[in-house]
Amino acid sequence: MPRTGVFICHCGTNIAGTVDIEKTVKASRSFPGVVHADDYRYLCSEMGQDIIKNAIKDNNLDRVVVGTCSPRMHEQTFRKAASEAGLNPYMVEVANIREHCSWVHRNMDEATPKAVALVRAAAAKAALNDPLEAPAIEVEKRALVIGGGIAGIQTALDIAEAGYVVDLVEREPSIGGRMAQLEKTFPTLDCSACILTPKMVEAAQHPNINLITYSEVEEVKGFVGQFDVKIRQKARSIDPVKCTGCGICYEKCPAKAPSEFEMGRAKRKAIYVPFPQAVPNIPVIDRENCLYFKKGRCQICAKECPPQAVDYEQQDEILERRYGVIVVATGFDQLDPSIYGEYGYGQHPDILTGLEFERLFNASGPTAGKVVRLSDGKPPKKVVFIQCVGSRDKARGMNYCSKICCMYTAKQALLLKEKLPDAKSYVFYIDVRTAGKGYEEFQRRAAEEYDVAYLRGQVGKIFPENDYLVVRGVDSLSGKTIEINADMVVLAAAAIARSDATELGRIVGINSDSYKFFNEAHPKLKPVETHTAGIFIAGACQAPKDIPDTVAQAGAAAVKAIGLLSKELLKGEACTAEVNQAECSGCLYCEAVCPYNAINPVEIEERYHGGTLQRTVAEVNPSLCQGCGSCTVICRSGSINLRGFTNEQILAEVDAICLQR
Amino acid sequence: MSTALNETKANWEPLIVAFCCTWCSYAGGDLAGTSRMSYPSNVKVIRVPCSGRMNPMFVLRAFQRGADGVLVAGCHPGDCHYTTGNYHGRRRLSAFKKLVEFAGFEPERFEVRWISSSEGDKFAEEMETITEKIKALGPNRKMRDARWQSVT
Ligand code: SF4
Ligand code: SF4
Repeated sequence: MPRTGVFICHCGTNIAGTVDIEKTVKASRSFPGVVHADDYRYLCSEMGQDIIKNAIKDNNLDRVVVGTCSPRMHEQTFRKAASEAGLNPYMVEVANIREHCSWVHRNMDEATPKAVALVRAAAAKAALNDPLEAPAIEVEKRALVIGGGIAGIQTALDIAEAGYVVDLVEREPSIGGRMAQLEKTFPTLDCSACILTPKMVEAAQHPNINLITYSEVEEVKGFVGQFDVKIRQKARSIDPVKCTGCGICYEKCPAKAPSEFEMGRAKRKAIYVPFPQAVPNIPVIDRENCLYFKKGRCQICAKECPPQAVDYEQQDEILERRYGVIVVATGFDQLDPSIYGEYGYGQHPDILTGLEFERLFNASGPTAGKVVRLSDGKPPKKVVFIQCVGSRDKARGMNYCSKICCMYTAKQALLLKEKLPDAKSYVFYIDVRTAGKGYEEFQRRAAEEYDVAYLRGQVGKIFPENDYLVVRGVDSLSGKTIEINADMVVLAAAAIARSDATELGRIVGINSDSYKFFNEAHPKLKPVETHTAGIFIAGACQAPKDIPDTVAQAGAAAVKAIGLLSKELLKGEACTAEVNQAECSGCLYCEAVCPYNAINPVEIEERYHGGTLQRTVAEVNPSLCQGCGSCTVICRSGSINLRGFTNEQILAEVDAICLQR
Repeated sequence: MSTALNETKANWEPLIVAFCCTWCSYAGGDLAGTSRMSYPSNVKVIRVPCSGRMNPMFVLRAFQRGADGVLVAGCHPGDCHYTTGNYHGRRRLSAFKKLVEFAGFEPERFEVRWISSSEGDKFAEEMETITEKIKALGPNRKMRDARWQSVT
């Protein structure tokens, strides 16, 4: 028979004002298993806790029920008190007679019987409580950062500086990400490469950082403290140890292909580095376009390479490593504006996206830094910028604001004027949004000092005529139709989630919002955490954001990661599922519903008609199980139960509550 | 014969058991309390980790023991603390609802609701609504197990 002690809290008058404490205590004495009942003004206080601790010792209690505020407030407090008195902390149950009772009911006649019922239910549950132990998880002191843009680089640097080893995985041949594609950054007009390249080099040279480029994460198993990860390192066809980065190979290579880095607006060779400042400065062979791989002839690069680093036989390699924490920083994509037929994107070489236009300013870009029309190489006189292409468009695009476009458009218009003083810029916008330090001032400067015409309104059609593009729109302020004969059109295409974000989210265990951006655990209080412990997010994979916000978030993610890495042991979840293997039929339905992959088949041996029999049954890994209980319901033979919330306990609560009839 | 079965409509008060997931709906109930909203004391909450933990057996048991209405409340679809628990819960419980209906039991006695931790007002409203609905329906006589009643 259990020896339960019940303790009812007055919470000043918060509970005592509407619940008759005396009656409740008296009723508690009659509940099965209750051998002691008492009350106190403030149970959570030091004094209150001492009352509980002393009662445990004096009355030899083996379980405790408190009638107090919500367990979400003070369950930990009372568990701790109980364990200080020598009880297993999970022998404590809380009846929520404040938030769920005294605060929502008006008078004693109503609240008191309900408080009694809630305490009775808690006592009935407590009678079936078992001592539980939270598993201790050893922490692997190594971090994985996925994505080598500015977010990933900053995260890796911060973690590495704190003294932990970081593997930085990037799918492209070089780290750098989107920021590497930019010419200048707003609002300071720093040269992007000038501030990014040193960070890339620092990451490459940091003794605690391993760059794993041209590689992708294929599988993540395990849990916080011990993630087991498989990384596919794609064959570069170059021996990275021998390669000196001299670049003779791609000078001599005869095969060309569209450059991903230039978004197809320029060509690269089949053996290439994506951009001149690439880190690591080691080329890769794009086997789809290499003549040797396609036709079996050529091998010019191998012949020309002075240190003979080219290796056509190289194979993909699978790295298997264990990490304590993972930070995902995979950035964003640009919406393809060709879904908007009226803008004619893709049908005319002088209609570009913002990012493509940015590349025209860059000395190593498609036009070697000359801002000219891609159609005829002439400098433009009139450039029309169109904002919100796919952003804030519920019907056809994305409902959200992409956040960066207003600012980069102002920047590009300003840069254009500096390069080509005769050029005139027009910006069609819905609203100009410039929230950020120094942003409003910057945009004003562009509009006022650089003669950029801001036109509030939308463009209905763009079509070529003679050697220009007619942009026809409506000025929504005056209601007039506007027609501009533009030389170039720049579309501020929405920043969208990576096309394969959902797939990566599935592999790593992060869920996504309706736009496929990764979900943070709490929109305000847990901005870099995810619902999976030990997995963090940083940068534009969470939502569109500019560089300062990205770097700030990267630092935040790093701090969270370091916080975990600095611990030797983590405490797992105590309320986990357990399988009664004697009854389990081995159907493994439970394995399929478990969101944490905590259930695996195991072979057991059983005695059967004198011999032994091998049988497959389910087994729960308590370090992985988060205690959701889904498996317990799917199991047709009822062979799984959830510790702390067993079927028997819940049914006992139901019975106890219904007893009032 | 228990007194319960002799109740007249005039003095009868329904008993409603609400199973709430700890992360969203239970927290929503806490918020209703902190905000001093009021709802009928007919509703008594049992805390479960997730609506995916809800075995239809718990609902049946409540009805057998004389509950007049049962509510299961969990996180909004897509917001499950455990990612997918409430999807499993939703499917199981809607199938279950069809089943009790098929068996001739009033399906309105059993409801599933999504209430987030920030929806204290919604929590209070739902408790109000279900209580009124059950009051209109009258006592649950079909599923109540008279043997259990006579024991008490
Ligand atoms: S669902 Fe039940 S019977 Fe099937 S494998 Fe899992 S524990 Fe065993
Ligand atoms: S309780 Fe949930 S997390 Fe644990 S094994 Fe079952 S389904 Fe998986």
